[in-house]
Amino acid sequence: MSDIIRVEHLSYIYNPGMPDATAALNDISFAIEEGDFVGVIGSTGSGKSTLISHFNGLNRPTSGKIYVAGRDMWAEGENLRDFRFLVGLVFQYPEYQLFEETCAKDIAFGPKNMGLSEAEIARRVAEAAAFTGLDAALLERSPFELSGGQKRRVAIAGVMAMEPRILVLDEPAAGLDPEGRDTILSQIQAYHKKTGITVVLVSHSMEDIAKYANRVLVMDRAQIAMYDTVEKVFARAPELLALGLSVPQVTKIFLRLRELGLDIPTDVYTTPYAIKTVLKYWQAHHGPAPTTEGGSPHAE
Amino acid sequence: MLSDITIGQHFPGDSVVHRCDPRLKIIVTIAYIVVLFMAANPLGIALSLGLLALLYGVAKIPYRLILKSLKPILPVILFTSILNLFFITGEGTPLFHWWIFTIYPAGVRYAVLMSVRVVALIAGTSLLTYTTSPIVLTDAIESLLRPFAKLHLPVHELAMMMTIALRFIPTLIDETQKIMNAQKARGAKLDNGKFTERIQALIPILIPLFISAFRRADELAMAMECRCYHGGEGRTRLKNLKFTKTDLLCGVVAALLLGCVLATRLLVPGL
Repeated sequence: MSDIIRVEHLSYIYNPGMPDATAALNDISFAIEEGDFVGVIGSTGSGKSTLISHFNGLNRPTSGKIYVAGRDMWAEGENLRDFRFLVGLVFQYPEYQLFEETCAKDIAFGPKNMGLSEAEIARRVAEAAAFTGLDAALLERSPFELSGGQKRRVAIAGVMAMEPRILVLDEPAAGLDPEGRDTILSQIQAYHKKTGITVVLVSHSMEDIAKYANRVLVMDRAQIAMYDTVEKVFARAPELLALGLSVPQVTKIFLRLRELGLDIPTDVYTTPYAIKTVLKYWQAHHGPAPTTEGGSPHAE
Repeated sequence: MLSDITIGQHFPGDSVVHRCDPRLKIIVTIAYIVVLFMAANPLGIALSLGLLALLYGVAKIPYRLILKSLKPILPVILFTSILNLFFITGEGTPLFHWWIFTIYPAGVRYAVLMSVRVVALIAGTSLLTYTTSPIVLTDAIESLLRPFAKLHLPVHELAMMMTIALRFIPTLIDETQKIMNAQKARGAKLDNGKFTERIQALIPILIPLFISAFRRADELAMAMECRCYHGGEGRTRLKNLKFTKTDLLCGVVAALLLGCVLATRLLVPGL
């Protein structure tokens, strides 16, 4: 697989040359492979949002290079708009960017800017609406009549309709109830699986990242603290906790069990895997595993 | 681009200018503007510029901020000075003549004086907002307008509206930036294109901005009502404005200095 985004020694400084100059990104290098689902996590102010706004040229690096699909974004003669169509960026609270009379027109705003034909635009709008679970009836209504969760899905569909090669989402589930959260995130996952498009998901929730991503990029104070597969990152749970990040609840339980002296692995981050691990431990120490009927087995 | 807007920006400090009674500062600023336009000769204008430089020095406000606050109105200054340059007719021989354009020495003199005045005007009023927090400033305006309440002028409501407007300038600038970025990410062309295209490109920015302004207004009104806001009647203040001896001294000094500037008009009229 080839790298879809490659970042080399990227630094970004706010207010350079002023007394209050601060480095938002400090000498960052990494690459994202085509088709990956990358979760980006880090505490507030660690540079996550600044990093992703570099992916389509909304911020110009103070130093360093960014390659998207092999092209140097800031090279002489490159058109930034090409990169905006290659990298679809969904901001935090994207519903505040809606402006058209109908949802369909709003979703069509991006494709229209790409100069596509009417028929192609209509196809993309219908497809993006299907991916985000918007009814055809909703598409003809004003976006301002919809509920918060529906508005959010219209905004995400607006970026999906541009059919970017990388979809970057900054906290797409922020401020939604648990149900709306799961709906949106699983729609994004289904979209990723069906189209094979690279997805970068910024999130505060370790549970969400554990559930959907296959690689995790951990940011800390303008630098990359870790960038690895989900298993390997969560195996370093104590370090994550030291960075002020949380780990999934199951991982916390396993860490505590290990502290109590049980010989179990700590790279457990999903509930199904946790059950399997517990059963394996039981078999090794107490003979055949008890049946799970009538509730989960008690460890002690 | 948007970060150039310095209106309503406040630079906290502890200088005499900062601590001075805001009502006095407003009155002195108004007097300064009047004097600026009454001082008809270069000496008077130079003195008033010197006075301004002195106040900026005392307040420890960096001079480069003046340049920053002038940037947005630079076109206005240029436009007026060009108009003055060509349309003021005076005595003496024209310096320049071509087709319908004629420049007289008086035109040059007037154009320069006028642009210096506008620069001093902006710099002077900026000093007021730089050294006075918006809340204090509106308190002072409310206090100064108090006598008009007898004429049924809604003084408190006006002051509250100003406070809210000033408070939301940075928030809305921030919001505009975010919306612009979001639309740019969807391929909106904002930086280039024909005039009509650029006007059209504003729609995707203005509509979300207005909607968010209305939403914020609604939320703020609700929050104020929740805290039992019912207008100015019977409302007490956390900080009452007090006119101290230092303020009196500052006022006298300011009056004398402005008097000096005015005196140049009478003493050296020929200049």
